[in-house]
Amino acid sequence: MTAVGPSAGDGGKKKSARRLPGQGLVEGLGVTLRTMFEGAVTVQYPHEKEEPPTRARGVIALKEENCTVCMLCARSCPDWCIYIEGHKEARPPRRAGGRERSVSVLDRFDIDFALCMYCGICVEVCPFDALFWSPEFEYSEGSIAKLLHDKRKLGDWMEVVPESEPLEVGAEIKAK
Amino acid sequence: MSTTDRPVATRPSAVVPEIEVDPGAFRHLADAQMNVELDTGDMVLNLGPQHPATHGTLRLVVRLDGERVLAADPVIGYMHRGYEKLTEYRPYPQIITLINRIDWLSSFANEVPFVHAAERLMGIEAPPRAVYIRTILTELSRIATFILFLGEMGLQVGAMTPAFFGFRDREHVLNVIEGATGGRFHPNFNRVGGLKDDLPWGWIAECRRTMDIVFKSCDDFEDLLMGNEIFEARTRSIGIIPADVGTSYGVSGSNIRASGVDWDLRRDGDAYLAYRDVDFKVWTHPDGDSYARYWVRLQETRESARMVLQLLDAIPAGPIMAKVPRVIKVPEGECWVETENPLGQMGYYLVSKGSTGPFRTKIRSASFSNVSILPWLLQGVYIPDIITILASLYFILGDIDR
Amino acid sequence: MTHLLAVDIGWGWTLAIKTVVVLGLIPLGALILGYTFLLKMMSHMQSRLGPMDPGGFHGWFQLVGDGMKFLQKEDIMPEQADRRVFALAPAVVVISTFLIFVVIPTGPRLVVKDLDVGVFYALAVSSLSIIGVLMAGWASANKFALLGALRAAAQLIAYELPLLLAVVGVVVQAGTMNLNGIVTAQQNGAIFGWDGLGNPYILTQFVGFALFLVAAQAELTQTPFDMPVAESELVSGYMVEYTGFRFLFFFIGEFGTAFAFAALAATLVLGGWALPGVHGGTADLLGPLVLFVKLMAVAFLIFWVRFTYPRLREDQLQAMAWKYLIPIALANILVTGLFKVWL
Ligand code: SF4
Ligand code: SF4
Repeated sequence: MTAVGPSAGDGGKKKSARRLPGQGLVEGLGVTLRTMFEGAVTVQYPHEKEEPPTRARGVIALKEENCTVCMLCARSCPDWCIYIEGHKEARPPRRAGGRERSVSVLDRFDIDFALCMYCGICVEVCPFDALFWSPEFEYSEGSIAKLLHDKRKLGDWMEVVPESEPLEVGAEIKAK
Repeated sequence: MSTTDRPVATRPSAVVPEIEVDPGAFRHLADAQMNVELDTGDMVLNLGPQHPATHGTLRLVVRLDGERVLAADPVIGYMHRGYEKLTEYRPYPQIITLINRIDWLSSFANEVPFVHAAERLMGIEAPPRAVYIRTILTELSRIATFILFLGEMGLQVGAMTPAFFGFRDREHVLNVIEGATGGRFHPNFNRVGGLKDDLPWGWIAECRRTMDIVFKSCDDFEDLLMGNEIFEARTRSIGIIPADVGTSYGVSGSNIRASGVDWDLRRDGDAYLAYRDVDFKVWTHPDGDSYARYWVRLQETRESARMVLQLLDAIPAGPIMAKVPRVIKVPEGECWVETENPLGQMGYYLVSKGSTGPFRTKIRSASFSNVSILPWLLQGVYIPDIITILASLYFILGDIDR
Repeated sequence: MTHLLAVDIGWGWTLAIKTVVVLGLIPLGALILGYTFLLKMMSHMQSRLGPMDPGGFHGWFQLVGDGMKFLQKEDIMPEQADRRVFALAPAVVVISTFLIFVVIPTGPRLVVKDLDVGVFYALAVSSLSIIGVLMAGWASANKFALLGALRAAAQLIAYELPLLLAVVGVVVQAGTMNLNGIVTAQQNGAIFGWDGLGNPYILTQFVGFALFLVAAQAELTQTPFDMPVAESELVSGYMVEYTGFRFLFFFIGEFGTAFAFAALAATLVLGGWALPGVHGGTADLLGPLVLFVKLMAVAFLIFWVRFTYPRLREDQLQAMAWKYLIPIALANILVTGLFKVWL
């Protein structure tokens, strides 16, 4: 056995450089045999499900009433996979005698999840808290075109958006 | 067992060895005149671009005499995605998510040098807590990359089981990364000036538990693969990179440390992240062969796990974001930032003209330089050794082609 | 077999029945080994479960389903291929497997052909498969396939000798080359005068057994000697161009041969079909079962090694065979001979 380098001895698990011939072969067999009795780590997917972490970026949910059609998300998406259309509508004034308001109404809000690279920039830039991440991941489709989801579908995912979780010790609570 | 009698280890001239082969090498075959019709000359074999051992789309044109390699020529660029050009058209936040995809196994480590370059030009510094979390996540991505390597290498030399162990144990590390950043592979967690979020509750304990798994996993690999006599026979004195040849080709990272060059940017480069506060050892091995590269990576995995444990203990409290403007504009200037990434030295040369995106970015990725030594290294080895050498150099196609 | 049925039927029928039984045994053996070891044992050794759904119980139907899938697949032949040779090659491999089964006894009378040179015959026909492999590699018109086939041929030279020499010890000790004779010798033998267990040769011939396993591993082209297929180097070696039922033939050949070799090893050193104190008709009934249990134990060893070790290089295999295996085998024969003469 050749030398194992100047730094051998204190890093490796095995302290002794001298080993019996064939020892490595036997140890290898030992590892596989032990693993066999340790049980599997497989999660049998459709039958049981893994719980993704709360922060997992699974799918983007849209809270339609918060959206002001500002287009910020569509503009900052790196692969331009958000399609937004909207129009202005006149609404009666809030208080009697007030001015008539003009409100932006969302006509179309589609995200093409076939293009989306799950970067989260859209969720981050939205100034009106209209977009959220959900760890939901089961929305695969048979055809790639079906991955373009409209605002109704995105709105449905609002139900699976988790509560914001507590932070680790030492974190500073962001003043919002 | 036997060693290959590779041609003398002199450094070839500046040109890459030509694929053309001296016909004199086959004179003895031609003289034999055993088979006049059959061409007994050399055979050109295309390894890749779709070959299980090339980690993607590297193509190796090898000229063979029997199983012996006379010349090998790597052909790259099948996965060129034009990141350098892309950065000129995108604002900084988008670039961070794009360069994630360069070395996709350790995405977080890709983000760090770029963000550093931007921060340096803007003259801001991330708060200490952010720096610590960045360091931890960088080391975690290093562990994830290396654990996969430790298993993958087994697969390339013919043992299937270690590969599954690699995937199995890496999953724990990825889960920890996902728990903090939300992305298993592409965290996109760095922001110019800090981090996107703080750590979630319970993450530190989870991370500690995972480090135990990492230590155990390293022991498994040592017993299952590295201690195995067959593995040693396959890797010892295969693909020896002498220190001077390696450095002149620009080989970096664990590959060059396995050749006995004691050089690690975490310790020797400009101070970056929290490495000055951590007590760690830079592992080297004098042999420079495939076994040495495996050995060094195995030790570095353990070392990284130890570093993570130290950092978790010392993580300071405080904010995670420095004060930055809402729209990031980097003032005019240029800078070079290099870091020690899992695959080696990674650097960004950033030129800014004061707009929301860089004017020009040069990306120095480790794998590109690491595979550039292949034509030199592969002369005279056998076909199985090609695979061993490719596996032990450990490159990521995205990191070569960018 | 005719004895067992206690009816006297013509030799033609006997032959037909025997052929059908053996032909049925090959895919069945391949299926059992493939399922138990390839799908289940390997998965568990790798912390996985393997297929769980097909067929309900632990995915037992998976391989049958795979086989049916292969049958439905398009039969693709490379344009440059030597068509007839290409088509014939898988059959040659399976025929070699078939021929081994002919001599393996599963009971005192349950054997297709009780050859006097059974051991010799079995080892001789087992290396026929290499011709099929060479044919496949050559006819595929593919460089990877050709390299794989040539490796297989080179490998043959390296392991065939130790394989034969390893068995010689057993033959010397039993004093016969007849497989049934070897089984009976073990059944009726005694360990230092105590005959409670007979005398399974694994006790005296463990060196020979170990050598046999190593060489058999090479014969079966299994890791650590799977250079002819070498997934990570030659993609799949000589099988790379095969699809559909021709590939299925190779698969069956591979596992069928593993089944046969395990049976052979069990017969040679573990006492084959014999249980201590079981003779005659009972042995004929119990024999197949006993042999099956023993061969599964041997197969476990073979596959355990396969799923644990990396692959050697071709030249390293040669070096190992000539420098270690053959001298050890010779020494083993010598020692066995000395004991035989003096004890
Ligand atoms: S996550 Fe990224 S890629 Fe996907 S829609 Fe949002 S901004 Fe676009
Ligand atoms: S950024 Fe928010 S508010 Fe603006 S369009 Fe997008 S979702 Fe609507």
